[in-house]
Amino acid sequence: MAINYMNPLFEVVRDPDRCIKCRVCERQCANEVHHYDPDLDRMISDETTCVDCQRCVTLCPTRALKIRPNENQFRENGNWSQQIMDEVYKQAGSGGVLLSAMGNPREYPVYWDKILLNASQVTNPPIDPLREPMETKTFLGKKDQSISYDENGRPVFEKNPYLELDVPIMFSAMSFGSISKNAHESLARAAEELGTYYNTGEGGLHKDFYKYGANTICQVASGRFGVFKDYLDAGAAIEIKMGQGAKPGIGGHLPGMKINEEISKTRMIPKGTDAISPAPHHDIYSIEDLRQLVLSLKEATNWEKPVIVKIAAVHNVAAIASGIARSGADIIAIDGYRGGTGAAPTRIRDNVGIPIELALASVDQRLRDEGIRNNISIVVGGSVRCSADVVKAVALGADAVYIATAALLAMGCHLCRSCNTGKCNWGIATQRADLVKRLNPDIAYKRLVNLVHAWDHEIKEMMGGMGINSLESLRGNRLMLRGIGLTQKELDILGIMHAGE
Amino acid sequence: MKKVYVNEDWCLGCHLCEYTCAAANSGAPDMIKAFAGGKKPVSRIQIEESSTVNFAVQCRHCEAHPCVKGCIAGALSVQDGVIVCDEEKCVGCYTCVLSCPFGAIVIDEGGHKIRKCDLCTRNSQGEPACVKACPNNAIVFEER
Repeated sequence: MAINYMNPLFEVVRDPDRCIKCRVCERQCANEVHHYDPDLDRMISDETTCVDCQRCVTLCPTRALKIRPNENQFRENGNWSQQIMDEVYKQAGSGGVLLSAMGNPREYPVYWDKILLNASQVTNPPIDPLREPMETKTFLGKKDQSISYDENGRPVFEKNPYLELDVPIMFSAMSFGSISKNAHESLARAAEELGTYYNTGEGGLHKDFYKYGANTICQVASGRFGVFKDYLDAGAAIEIKMGQGAKPGIGGHLPGMKINEEISKTRMIPKGTDAISPAPHHDIYSIEDLRQLVLSLKEATNWEKPVIVKIAAVHNVAAIASGIARSGADIIAIDGYRGGTGAAPTRIRDNVGIPIELALASVDQRLRDEGIRNNISIVVGGSVRCSADVVKAVALGADAVYIATAALLAMGCHLCRSCNTGKCNWGIATQRADLVKRLNPDIAYKRLVNLVHAWDHEIKEMMGGMGINSLESLRGNRLMLRGIGLTQKELDILGIMHAGE
Repeated sequence: MKKVYVNEDWCLGCHLCEYTCAAANSGAPDMIKAFAGGKKPVSRIQIEESSTVNFAVQCRHCEAHPCVKGCIAGALSVQDGVIVCDEEKCVGCYTCVLSCPFGAIVIDEGGHKIRKCDLCTRNSQGEPACVKACPNNAIVFEER
C-alpha cells in the first residue's frame, strides 16, 4: 500500500460519558467517518474522510461530539504552511488540478468591515422605522432618461422593463445540479413570499418550478443548458452570465455522475454526460457581440423582460461595466472574488479577481462620470454577509445585492467547502436521493424568509438611524460612509472619507 | 383529535425519534442518564427502513383498537381518544402485540409488559417527544 502523506484535517472527539451509541452520527455521515463496532460495543471514527460539515455534531442528541482541527501538525514553518504542504502531497498523488468549493477563504481584507455608517444626532433627527414609514422597495432596470408630456400635459413614461423588489436582496444564481431540487424549491418559494427573485443559475429550470416564474431570473450561460423559448418566457428577467466571482475566466464542469434523469431533462443533455460550460461564450468576443446577445434575448421575449449581464469583479471592471451599460442591458450584476461556487480550481478561487467593495465603488463612479449611471442598475454579490453589508453596498452605489452563501447558511450549510464531492450532508449540494431529502423545503424556505425579513428590519433600523426613510435616498450616498484603517488610495477608490474627517 | 403522523418523504431514518422516545418515557431526567451503564430503554416508536424509504411507526390510536378489545387484563383502555396502558395491570400476555395491525406495540425491555405510545400524555414532554426531536419535520402532531 502506498503511503498516504496527507494529514487528516480534523479530529473527531467523542465524549464516552455522553455517547449513548445511538448511531445517529453513523447514519448521517455520507463520508462514513463513524461506525459502530458491536464487538467493542463502541462508536469508532475514521477522521481521514471528515470534512467538518458538523452534521453529526448538530444531530448528536447528547452533544457527545466535537470536530476540531487536527492537533497533529507538521513541523512549524512560516513559509511552508501545513495547507501548502498538504496541497503539494495531494497533487503529487493525483497529478490533478486542486478543486475547492464555496468562496475564497483566505484572509484578504474585508472592506465592509473597514467602513462605518453614520447616524443622526441633534440636527437631523433619526427616524423610528417601527413608528414611521420606511421604504426598502427597489426597482431594477433602465431609468427614464427624460420627462416628456402628452397633449394633456400628463407625463409619458418610457416603457422600460424592470424588476420590482420588496427588499433590496435577491438570491444569487445557483444551478439545479450544483444544488439539489429541494434547495431550489426553497429558494423559489422564499423569493415568492419575499417579493424578490431567485436565479436559476445555468442549469435550466425544472418543470416543477415554472409556477414560480414571476420570481425567477433565468440565466443564460456559456453552456446554454436548458435554454429554449419556454425557459426564457418563464422568468421575470434573463441573466447573461459572463463570469463568476469565484472563478473569473473559468467555465464550469458538472460531472456526469451528478447528471441524473431530472437534471438531464432540465439541462437538455444526455444522462450521465459531463455538463461543461466553456470559459467564454463562443459567440461573444466584444461588447458589440454582447449587445447582439442582449438584443436577441430581448427580441425572443418580446422586449418585455429586463436583461442582466453578470460579470466577475476583475481589474478592469469599471471599463467593462461601462461597455455593458452601453450594450442595451438593463442591469449589471458584479460578483466579487469572495463569491461562492459549487466547484472551482483552488488556485483560481484563491487568487483571481478583486474585492466587490472596490469594484462596486469604481463601477458606480465610472458610470456616473460618464453620465450613464441611469442606463443601468447595479447588483452586487460575492460575500454580502449581513444587513450592514447591504446598507454599505447601497451607500456605495448598488441598487440591490445578490446573496447566495448566506442563503445556503440559512438552509443549514456549514461552509465545509466540499460541495464538489457531491456528498453534502445537509442535502444542499448533492443529488443523492437519500441526502437530498434531508433538506425539507417546508423548513428551509421559512428560514430563508426569516433571514431576509430580519435583514430588512435591520436595514430599516440603520437607515432610520441615519435619518433616511427610503432606500433611494441612501443609494450612492457615500457621505454616510467613513473608512477606518484604510490608506488614502483605498479611500479614494471607495470614494469615502476617513473616520473623523 | 391531534395525532402523530409521519411523512416518509422527509424521514431520514436517523432513529432520533426512537432514542428520544425511549429517554422521555424512561423516567430519567435526560438522555445520557436514560442510557447510562448500557441500559436500553425501549422506544414506543419504531423506524421501518429500506434502502429507499424510511418511516416511523407508532400507535395510530385507531378507532377499531383491537388491542383494547383483546386485552385480557383490562390494562388497555381509551382515555379521551388516546389508547393507554395501565402497566400495573398488564400481565404480559402479548395479545395486543399480536392483534395490532400496525405492529405498534412493543415489549418492555424487562420482557413481562408491553409499552405503547400514549402521545406523551403521561410524561412531562408536553408535545410528543418524537415530534420535537425529528430534525426534518417528518413527524408531525396535528389534527387531520
